[in-house]
Amino acid sequence: MALKIVKGSIDRMFDKNLQDLVRGIRNHKEDEAKYISTCIDEIKQELKQDNIAVKANAVCKLTYLQMLGYDVSWAAFNIVEVMSSSKFTYKRIGYLAASQCFHEGTDVIMLTTNQIRKDLSSPNQYDTGVALTGLSCFVTPDLARDLANDIMTLMSHTKPYIRKKAVLIMYKVFLKYPESLRPAFPRLKEKLEDPDPGVQSAAVNVICELARRNPKNYLSLAPLFFKLMTSSTNNWVLIKIIKLFGALTPLEPRLGKKLIEPLTNLIHSTSAMSLLYECVNTVIAVLISLSSGMPNHSASIQLCVQKLRILIEDSDQNLKYLGLLAMSKILKTHPKSVQSHKDLILQCLDDKDESIRLRALDLLYGMVSKKNLMEIVKKLMLHVDKAEGTTYRDELLTKIIDICSQSNFQYITNFEWYISILVELTRLEGTRHGHLIASQMLDVAIRVKAIRGFAVAQMATLLDNAHLLTGNTQRNGICEVLYAAAWICGEFSEHLEDPMQTLEAMLRPKVATLPGHIQAVYVQNAAKLFATVLRKHDGETESQAAQETSQLLIDRLPLFVQSANLEVQERASCILQLVKYIQKLQQKNVEVAEEVTALFAGELNPVAPKAQKKVPIPEGLDLDAWINEPPSGSESEDEKPKAVFAKEEPKHSRSRHTEVDEKELARRREVRKQEQASNPFYIKASPSSQKVYDAPGVEHIPVVQIDLSVPLKVPGMPMSDQYLKLEEERRQKEKAERKKKEKKKKREKRGKERKADSGPESEEDITPAHQVDIVTEEMPENALPSDDDDKDPNDPHKALDIDLDKYVPHCRHLQFIHVLHIVMCRNEFFSKTEIYDFKVVVSVIFENKSDSFLKAMEFNVLDSLNSKLQRPEGAGAHDSLTVPFQLPPGVSNEARFVFSVQSIVMPQKLKGTLTFIVKSDESSTHEKLDFKLHFTCTSYLITTPCYSDAYAKLLESGDLKGSSLRLEGINMPFHHLLARICFHHHFSVVERIDSCASMYSRSIQGHHVCLLVKTTVSIDAKCDEPSLLGNVLDEIKQTFSKC
Amino acid sequence: MRFMLLFSRQGKLRLQKWYTATAERDKKKMVRELMQVVLARKPKMCSFLEWRDLKIVYKRYASLYFCCAVEEHDNELITLEVIHRFVELLDKYFGSVCELDIIFNFEKAYFILDEFLMGGEIQDTSKKSVLKAIEQADLLQEEDESPRSVLEEMGLA
Repeated sequence: MALKIVKGSIDRMFDKNLQDLVRGIRNHKEDEAKYISTCIDEIKQELKQDNIAVKANAVCKLTYLQMLGYDVSWAAFNIVEVMSSSKFTYKRIGYLAASQCFHEGTDVIMLTTNQIRKDLSSPNQYDTGVALTGLSCFVTPDLARDLANDIMTLMSHTKPYIRKKAVLIMYKVFLKYPESLRPAFPRLKEKLEDPDPGVQSAAVNVICELARRNPKNYLSLAPLFFKLMTSSTNNWVLIKIIKLFGALTPLEPRLGKKLIEPLTNLIHSTSAMSLLYECVNTVIAVLISLSSGMPNHSASIQLCVQKLRILIEDSDQNLKYLGLLAMSKILKTHPKSVQSHKDLILQCLDDKDESIRLRALDLLYGMVSKKNLMEIVKKLMLHVDKAEGTTYRDELLTKIIDICSQSNFQYITNFEWYISILVELTRLEGTRHGHLIASQMLDVAIRVKAIRGFAVAQMATLLDNAHLLTGNTQRNGICEVLYAAAWICGEFSEHLEDPMQTLEAMLRPKVATLPGHIQAVYVQNAAKLFATVLRKHDGETESQAAQETSQLLIDRLPLFVQSANLEVQERASCILQLVKYIQKLQQKNVEVAEEVTALFAGELNPVAPKAQKKVPIPEGLDLDAWINEPPSGSESEDEKPKAVFAKEEPKHSRSRHTEVDEKELARRREVRKQEQASNPFYIKASPSSQKVYDAPGVEHIPVVQIDLSVPLKVPGMPMSDQYLKLEEERRQKEKAERKKKEKKKKREKRGKERKADSGPESEEDITPAHQVDIVTEEMPENALPSDDDDKDPNDPHKALDIDLDKYVPHCRHLQFIHVLHIVMCRNEFFSKTEIYDFKVVVSVIFENKSDSFLKAMEFNVLDSLNSKLQRPEGAGAHDSLTVPFQLPPGVSNEARFVFSVQSIVMPQKLKGTLTFIVKSDESSTHEKLDFKLHFTCTSYLITTPCYSDAYAKLLESGDLKGSSLRLEGINMPFHHLLARICFHHHFSVVERIDSCASMYSRSIQGHHVCLLVKTTVSIDAKCDEPSLLGNVLDEIKQTFSKC
Repeated sequence: MRFMLLFSRQGKLRLQKWYTATAERDKKKMVRELMQVVLARKPKMCSFLEWRDLKIVYKRYASLYFCCAVEEHDNELITLEVIHRFVELLDKYFGSVCELDIIFNFEKAYFILDEFLMGGEIQDTSKKSVLKAIEQADLLQEEDESPRSVLEEMGLA
C-alpha cells in the first residue's frame, strides 16, 4: 500500500500541472491539436490512478481544455469523483469543472444528489458555498426537486455568506421546479428585510426576476418595495427595485401615480448614469401605462426628454446610444415631445458609429408626420448616396421604405413622389433589397388606384432602361424590381401610352439573362400587353399594326421556349402557340381582340395575409380525416408513368370554334361570379368593401387640382426633389386659400368667433395631393377577432406564473379569483380596527373577460355567524361594498376585503353576489354574478419551518391529539406526494427517513399540526385542535382524490 | 445575464461562463459568431449591440474583451458596471492583472467570478466582501496543502 502511494506521488512530481499545460500549448502553436491529443492521453492515464490529487490536477487541466473547445464529457464521472473529495482544494476544482461541463443531458448528474446534499449541510461555509455556486450552473429539474428543501433551510442559515447564495440559487430552483415557489415564497419575502445588505439585495434580485415574468402575483409586495426604494442608497438594489415597479405599474395604475414623484426626485439628484437611465426608462413605462389625466404628466415627460437630450449630446458613445434607445420609447406615446428634437436626431445620422446611426434611423421612423415625411426622406436619400458599406446603405433603404409604408402609407400625401423615390432607389448598385422595392411598387400600384397611370408610365421607363439595372445579374438583387415593373405594365396595360414599345422592351434578347422567375413574369405579361395592343387596334380593318405585333411575338418568343427554366419554357410555348393561332385568324380578318382580352379579364385584389387563418372551421368538418381511403402504394406507382404519357398526347382543344368558346366562357364567367358572390374569401367589386382613404375633414376642404406633369427626368436634380418643391408650393397655396376662405367666414360672422390661424400647420391641415383610395386588405366577414399568435408555449417562465393564491368560478363577463390572505393582527394595514377575533383579508382578482367595459361593481357577502364581511362604519349589516375600480375589457385588478373570523377550526362557505354594469357602445345593462367564497382550513395554515428536535419535543409533550388517514389509489412517487402536501396545504417537511416523512405546519392562531406520512400512503396526524385536524385531513384527502 | 465571455484581440477565448444550460455545439457556434461581431467593431463605437434576441455589452481592457449577454429589459449601463467591477476584482486579486494572469490562473479567475456573480445575478455589491470570501477560501485551500510535506505525502514520515 505504502509503495503504491509512493509511486503515485513520484509520478505526480513528473506530471504536468495546469501551468505546464498552458505553457506547452503556447509553445506548440503549429501543432496544437497534436500536442493536445497527447495531453489528453496523459490525462486519461492520470485519471486511472487512485491518488485524488492526481485526479484533481487532471480534471483541472480538462476544464482548461474544455474552455478551448475540446470535448471532455467522457470525464464526467471523474469530475464527480473529484467533487466528492473531502478536501476543499479538490472539491473546488471538481465543482468548477462540473459547473462548466455538466448540463441537463449529463447522466452522472443523478449520482451527485447525495454528495451535494452533504456539502450543503457541511459545517464549513465554503464547502456549502462552492456547492451552491456549482449547483446554480447545472441544476436540473430532478436536482431542484430533491434539494429544494435543503436550500430553503439554508436561506435561514446563520452566515449571511450562505444566505445570500441560497437566496440567489432559489431562482434557478424555481425555474426548474415551479412547485417549490409557493412554499419558499414566505421565506424569500422575509429576506427582503434581512439585516445583511448582500442578502437583501439578493432577495430583491430574485423577486424582481420573478415579478418581471409574472408581475400580477407580486403586487402585494409593492408597499414593502416602496419602503425599500425610498430608504435604500445602494444603486444596484435601487435599479432592480425600480425595474420591478416598471413591471408592476401596468397592473396597478395607482402605484404609477405614487411612483412618479420619488422617481423624478431621483432623476434630479442622482449622479449615477445607470440609475438615471433606469429611472427615465421606468418613468416612461409608467407614463405609458397611465391613462392621461395626470396633472404633471407632461412635466415628467419633458424632464425625461431633457435628460435624454443631455445623454445624446454627450461625447460618450454609450450614453448617446442609450439616449436614442430610450427616446424611441417615449416616441411611441408622446411623439410631439420628441419631434422637437429632430435636429439632434438627424445629426446622429452623421455619427461615426454605425449602431448609433441605426438607432437614429429607428427614431426617425416614428417621427415622421405628413408634414415632414418628404423632408426626412430627402435627408435619408442624401445619406444613401454618401453611405459607405452596403450593410448600412441597405439598412437605410429598408428604413426609407419602412418609414414611407408604415401604417398603411398613412403619412404619404403624394404617391407620385413615393413612386419616384422607389424608382430612384433602384439605382442603388449591389443592394440585396430589390424584392423589397418590388413589393412596394406592386403594393402601391395595386392598392392606390389613382396612381396606376403614373406608376405604369414609370415602370415602362424602367423596363426600357432595364440594361442599366442588370449590369451584373448574377449577384445583383436589384433586378427584382423588373419583376414588379413587368407585372404592373402588363396588368394595368390600359394605362400605357405606347404598349407596343413596352412590349418590344420586354422581349429583348437581353431579358433571357434575367433570373427565371422574372423571365416567367415577362413572358406572361407580354401576353397581356399583346392583348392590349390588339384591343387598341380593334375595329381597324386590315390592321397592319396588330399583325406586326403578332409577328414580333412569334419572332421573339422562341428564345424563351428554349429556356432552361421550366416555368419560362412552359409559359412561352403556350403563348407562342396561342399567338400563332391568333395570327392565323388575323390573316382571315377575324376579330380576335375581344377574346384575347377575355383571357386576362377580371381584377386582382389584395387579400389580408391572415384571412384564411381567421375563418373558423365549420362544425362537423374534420380536416384530418381522409376524403378517400388512401390508395395502396403499388397502385400509385403504376399510375404515375401513365399520367406522364397522357399529358404528352397532343390536345386539339384550340381548334374548337371560337363562337362556342365565347358562349362557354360567358357562361363560366357567370357561374364564377355567382360563386364569388357567396365566397367569403373573394373580394367583391362592390364599393362598400373598399375603404375610401381620406384624412379627417377632407370633405370640407376643396382639393386643389394641380398639374403634376413632372417630366420624368430633370437634368441635375433628382426627380423626387421636384415633388418636394411642388408639395411645398401646393401647401402654401392651400393655406392661402384656406385663409381666404376663413376670412370670408369671419366676415360673415364677425365678432362671434375669432380663430387664430397663426400657429404652425397642424397635421390635419395637410390634404393629400390627390384623392387617394387605398384598397384595404380584406378579411373574411366571419373572421375571428382575437389573435393569440404571440404567446410562446415554450417560455420557461410560464410555469412560474403561479397565482400565489387560489382560483374560483367565472362567468361570461368576469373571471373571479379569490384569494385568502391571512393577516395577523399586527399588520399595519389593520392596526386601527379593534381586535376581537381574527381578521382575514381576502384578495379578489376581478378579470374582465368580455369585450365591454365593466363599472359600478358592488360586492356583497351574506354573513354567517362565524365570518363577517367588515363594512365601513355606519353601513348596514347587509350593505354591499363598492369595488374601487372599473374594468376595461381584458383587464384584471385586485380588490381586498376584510372579514372577521371567529373560529378557524371549521371550513366556511360564504354566499355572495357581485353586481355590475356592463357598458358597451350602444347600451349598458345591469348584471349579477353569484359566487361562493370558500374558506378552507388549509388557508389558515402558514408554512412554518420546524427543526426536528423542536418537533420531537412537541410530540412528546402529549398536548396533541391524534387522528389518521389512509389515501387510496395514490400512484405517485413519494417525493411528489410530499411536494403536493407542502404545496397545497402549506406544510414543510421536517425530516424524511426512508419510507416516512414528518411534516409540520401552524395555524394563524398558533395550533400545531404535525403529520407523519408513510410510503404506504397513510398519514398519522396530531394537532392540539381535533376538529381543525379533521378538516385539514379531509381537505388533503380531497386534494388527492382529484388526481 | 445569460453568459459572460473573455477573449483576446486575436479571437482566443480566455474564459466563458454560461448561466443558462446550453448545448456544447450551440455554445461554440455562439462564441464564434459573437467574437466575430465584436472584434469587427471599431474602437470608437459604443459598447452595446443587439444580437439575436439578446443585448451584448462588451468592453475592451488592453488586449482583452469582456463581453456579457443580457436580456432585453436589462440595464446596459449596470452591466458595464458589472464588467468593470469584475476587472477591478481581478486587478485587486492579482495585483494589476494582465492577460497572462488569467491564462495561467484561469481557475482563480473563475472562482472570483463565481463569488461575484451567481446564476447571472450579482451576489455582492461590495468589493471587500467578495475579496474577503476569496481570500478565506484560498486560505482554506492552503491549510489543506501546507501541513503535508512531500515526505508525508510519500508515506515515509
